Amino acid sequence: MDATINLDAAVRTFLANTEEHLSSYLEACVHCGQCADACHFYQASGDPRHTPAYKLFPIVKAYRRQKWPLSWLGAPKVTAADLQEWEELLFDTCTMCGRCTIICPMGIDIATIVSGARQAFAAAGLGPADLVAAAENARDHGSPLGVTPEKFKDRIEWIADEHEVDIPLDKAKADILLTISSIELMKYPDSVAAMAKLLNHAGVSWTFSTKGYEATNFGYFAGRPEIAKAATKRLVDAAEAIGAKTMVIPECGHAYGVMRWSAANMLGRKLPFQVLHISEFMAQLKREGRLKLKPVAEPITYHDPCQISRRGGCTKEARYLLDGFATDFREMTPTADQNWCCGGGGGVQAIARAAELRYKVFKIKMDQVEATGASTMISSCSNCRLTMDESKAHWKWDKGIGSLVELVADNLIEDAPATGKPTA
Amino acid sequence: MTLLDVARGPALEFAFAVFAIGVAWRLLSVLLLPWATERSAKRPGTPSRAMGAIGLFVRHLWPAGPFRRNALFITLNSYVFHLGLAIVVFGLAQHIVFLQNAFGVSWPSLPSGVVYVVAVITLATLAAALAHRLTSPVLRLLSTFNDYMSWFVTAAPVATGLLAVSHLWAPYETLLAIHILSVALLLAWFPFGKLMHSFLVFLTRSETGAFYSRRGVEI
Repeated sequence: MDATINLDAAVRTFLANTEEHLSSYLEACVHCGQCADACHFYQASGDPRHTPAYKLFPIVKAYRRQKWPLSWLGAPKVTAADLQEWEELLFDTCTMCGRCTIICPMGIDIATIVSGARQAFAAAGLGPADLVAAAENARDHGSPLGVTPEKFKDRIEWIADEHEVDIPLDKAKADILLTISSIELMKYPDSVAAMAKLLNHAGVSWTFSTKGYEATNFGYFAGRPEIAKAATKRLVDAAEAIGAKTMVIPECGHAYGVMRWSAANMLGRKLPFQVLHISEFMAQLKREGRLKLKPVAEPITYHDPCQISRRGGCTKEARYLLDGFATDFREMTPTADQNWCCGGGGGVQAIARAAELRYKVFKIKMDQVEATGASTMISSCSNCRLTMDESKAHWKWDKGIGSLVELVADNLIEDAPATGKPTA
Repeated sequence: MTLLDVARGPALEFAFAVFAIGVAWRLLSVLLLPWATERSAKRPGTPSRAMGAIGLFVRHLWPAGPFRRNALFITLNSYVFHLGLAIVVFGLAQHIVFLQNAFGVSWPSLPSGVVYVVAVITLATLAAALAHRLTSPVLRLLSTFNDYMSWFVTAAPVATGLLAVSHLWAPYETLLAIHILSVALLLAWFPFGKLMHSFLVFLTRSETGAFYSRRGVEI
C-alpha cells in the first residue's frame, strides 16, 4: 500500500459529509447504466469506466464498509489502489455538470456526490497536482493565477486606460460589489471592461475591492473545503465592508454556483446581500427598460454553462437578453438545461493531463454548433470560453467563440440615458 | 410437516419478518441521519419544496427528450416488467386468497388466463433485462453480485409460479412449495439488496427535485 495515501482520512472525510440525501443517493443506484448516455466523457471516449455511476464505486464501498446499516455482514475495504485508480475518474472525467441527473431514473444527483468524494480524495492527499496548486495559489495569493491585490489593481488600471472606461476601486461604500474571474482579468480583459461599461451605464453605485475580487473558487474544485470557505469569506467580508446590497458575479459558472447556492451553507449563515450573475443583472436592466441595444444580425448560438443554466437556474436570462437583440439566434440541440458541457468545468480545465479528453469532448459541441449553422457561439462563462478556445485551436475550428456580456456591451446604445431607480 | 407446510408456515413468516424489520431499519438508518440545512436564498417565484419534489418525480417517470431514443428499450422493458409483476402479484385469484388470509383485505381477481399471459411477458422482460446487462459493456462493468442476485430472486417466483400452474415436471404441491419458498427468498433478500430502490426512489427523486426547483431549474 502506498504510504502517502491517507486512507483513513479519506473515509473519515467522506463519512463526515454523509448527510441524509447523500446516503439515499448512494443506496438507491440500480446500476442501470443510463447515466453513461448523458456523460460527455463517456460519449467522447466510449470507455465504460467513464460511466457516472461507476465513478462513485469507491465512495459506495467506503459507505458500505463503515456506515451502511448492514456493514456487520462484512463489506470489502476501500484500498489505496482503489483511490489511485479513481482519482482520474473523479477529477479528470467529471465536470460536475449535472447532466446525468436528468436521465437517472432514481433522480440521483451524482455531481453532489462527486463534490463530496473529491474532498475525501483531497484529505487522502490525492488530486491532480495542477488543480491542487491552483487552489493553494488562491489561498496564498488571493487568486488561482497568482493575481495578488497589487497585480489586480495594476491590471484594473490598465483595463480602465485601455478601454477608456471608469472602473471604481476600493470605494468606501457602494451598493454593488463587482467581482472577477482571473481568467477574464488575464485572458479576456474585454469582459472586465464590458461589465464596467454596463454598470456605469446603469448608473448604479458600484466598486471593485482589493479585499475581495476573485470569484473563482478552486478550493471547491480541488476538494479543499477550508480553501473554498476562505475564498468565499474574503468576498463576503469585502461586500459587507462596503455595505453592498448586491454582489455581481462575472461570467464564471462555478463562481456563481458557489456564491449563489453554497456560500451561505459554507459560512453557516444567510448572506446579507443578493447574489446576481452578470446575465441576471443585464436581464434585470432590460426588464426595467434600461438596456437599449443595437440588433446583431449575425447567426449566433448560445452555450449554456452548466453551473449557470442547469445547476444555476439562469437559463432563461440569457434567452431573454438575446431575444430581439440577436435577430438570428439559433438554439442548439439539445439546449438549455439539457445542453452538453464544454468539457472543462469542475476544474477539469486546470488539469493538464486531461487536455486530450477535453478536445475529444469538444467535438460534441462543434457538431452541435455546426448543426445550427451559426457562425458564432457565445457563452456566459469564461472558463467554458477558455476550454472552448483551446479546443478550437486544437481542431483549427473556424467558428467564432464569444461572450454574452461583451456582445451586450459592444452593442449598447449609450446615448439612451439610463433612467429609473438603481437596481441594487 | 410437509415441504408445503414449511414453506407456507415458518419459512414465509421468517422471510416476512426479515423483510419488514430490514426495510424499516434501512429506511430509518437513512432518515435519522442529519439533514443538511439550506441557507441560500431561494430563487423568487420558484415552487415550494413539496411541489419541486413532486415535479421532478413526475418528470422522471419518462426519459427527457435527448435521451428518449437510447433509453426507450430499458424504459419500456422496465415499465412492462413492473406493471406485469404488479398484475401477477395482485391480480391472480390464488394470490388474493392468500393475501386475504394474511392481511384480511381482498379485491376482485383477473381471469387466470390473462394473468398467465402477463406472467409470461413479465418473465420475458426479466430475460431481456438480464441479456441487456450481460451484453452491454457499461452494464457489465457496473454489475455486482447484488445486481444478479436481485435479478434471480425476482425472476424465481415468476418462473416457479408459472411452473406450478402448468402442473409440469413435479406434483403440484411440491411446485407450490418451491414457488412459496422462492417468494420467501425474495422477501428475505429484499432489504439487503438493490430492491430497496422501490422505497428509496421516493426519497432520492424528491430530494433532487427540491434541490433543483429552489434554484429555478426543472430537470
